Amino acid sequence: MSQFIQQVINGLSLGSIYALIALGYTMVYGVLKLINFAHSEVFMVGAYSGFYAATFLGIDALDQSGQSFPLYLALVVLIVAMLVSATLGMTIERLAYRPLRNAPRLTPLITAIGMSLLLQNLGMLIFTPNPRRYPPILREVRFDFGGVIVTNIKLTIFAVAMALMVGLWFLVNRTWTGRAMRAVSMNLDAARLMGIDPDRTIGKTFAIGSALAAAGGILFGLDQITINPTMGTLTGLKAFVAAVLGGIGNIPGAALGGLLIGLSEQLVAGYISPDYRDAITFLILIVILILRPEGILGVVRQEKV
Amino acid sequence: MTLLALSAVEKVFGGLRAIGGVSLAVEPGQIFGLIGPNGAGKTTIFNVVTGVYRPDGGRVTFDGEDISGWLPAKVAARGIARTFQNIRLFRSMTVEQNVMVAGFRIHKAGLLSAIVRNRRYHDDEREFSRRAAELLDIFKLRELAGEPAASLPYGSQRRLEIARALMLSPKLLLLDEPAAGMNSQEARALVEQIRFLRDELGLTVVLVEHNMSVVMSVCEQIHVVDHGETIAEGPPEQIREHPKVLAAYLGEESEAQAVKDYEAVSRPSHERPEEPDA
Repeated sequence: MSQFIQQVINGLSLGSIYALIALGYTMVYGVLKLINFAHSEVFMVGAYSGFYAATFLGIDALDQSGQSFPLYLALVVLIVAMLVSATLGMTIERLAYRPLRNAPRLTPLITAIGMSLLLQNLGMLIFTPNPRRYPPILREVRFDFGGVIVTNIKLTIFAVAMALMVGLWFLVNRTWTGRAMRAVSMNLDAARLMGIDPDRTIGKTFAIGSALAAAGGILFGLDQITINPTMGTLTGLKAFVAAVLGGIGNIPGAALGGLLIGLSEQLVAGYISPDYRDAITFLILIVILILRPEGILGVVRQEKV
Repeated sequence: MTLLALSAVEKVFGGLRAIGGVSLAVEPGQIFGLIGPNGAGKTTIFNVVTGVYRPDGGRVTFDGEDISGWLPAKVAARGIARTFQNIRLFRSMTVEQNVMVAGFRIHKAGLLSAIVRNRRYHDDEREFSRRAAELLDIFKLRELAGEPAASLPYGSQRRLEIARALMLSPKLLLLDEPAAGMNSQEARALVEQIRFLRDELGLTVVLVEHNMSVVMSVCEQIHVVDHGETIAEGPPEQIREHPKVLAAYLGEESEAQAVKDYEAVSRPSHERPEEPDA
């Protein structure tokens, strides 16, 4: 039993990282009907921005002198990374996708793959391909609840992710920006004739999704200890599966899908074999595409004849 | 002063001349009908006016300003609102939310206000939901305010589109086949509602419509296009009798036959209720 609880806790923590990244895929899909494959690189750049911000703020010196990194500095690192990624996301949209707004849907999709490869290789050039040890923004503290080990890092990951998702819910449902985003995703033509500028709204959607991915990047670094320029590939793909599982274009669906993917990965790793932890995600993808292609919370679309 | 003027407006798609030099003038406070057979270019004219298409020639002037080639959001903000031939509601939003969205360009409460939920935010929300309620009252949708838009019957969806357009506080309202899919009772109510908009809210209305009883009873001036060109313009009595109009609608048949068939043909089959967009 304690092993099960242990795996569930680890799974929820990992899943909340996937959820944060999946939100960006699903939001962009909502407004543009585009799978933004470059999103996994935005996640990677977010992690590196956090890495450099923490280094710049002198985390190594603090660490060596045995002091812990103050909480407000951790917050600064998070905000810097979110801003860098938001800017990157908006730049990608402006340069690579906006000129193709009226092109056939396949064109921006190929562009997205190209953008992903470009950013990943730029990452190797700029950050070097060597894995980096992630700075200890949080000093690990272990709590033992009758055999179940909970670290403050796992708890923080889960809490930060949940706080950001609540914030996103608020933004989407309670602000004019969110109202405009929902309007654009439901009907772009009607939205612009109701006075909503679709380009600005799409730009904001990229910014918000990218900022969430950056937060995911920092939490990933905290959790996995090392980062490298290709870290986005597998994690981004899993987050994408999470978005499809929840119902692509559906915001609560992405959050739910992320948690489910994280849970299933941990449970498979714990009970079957760690070798299958990546395979289970893609098995889920195949099963969901066969049984319920619109996803758990997705709406069945009727084809108009 | 003329509110909306098109002068020699052209729109070409590939080799096809969708509109070939249409000029028309809509006076403030008018209810203006734009009619013509299927494919005559009526909706294209709406799309050029609202900025969905950029005209390939000619000029669109609104309220003394040249608005040719403006982006749709800017045209909407300038005071032209419209509805669509195939209904385009925000389907999973509620009826009330659909109307509220159109308040986007005039909202005052920014992100910060929404976060701290200050007075400005609440004033804004209260003001918009009050206006939305008023509009829903006019169109008899108040009781349905909390329902998802997609669940409404077809005729109510059409009325909701008009209510949403009015949230923009436009000077000019373009209605693209508002009576399509409505039964005769609903159509009669629509005529009353259009008159109300003009008489009580001071709106100018341009109407594209195939239901001739609606057009003839509500419009004061009618402009007829066929194959992208003007074939007639005048008050309803004149248009009803106009030989070119009858010929355009009925082909080369004799005029006696034309008059006989008039009622039947003036309601083409495509008007039957369709399933709303998926």
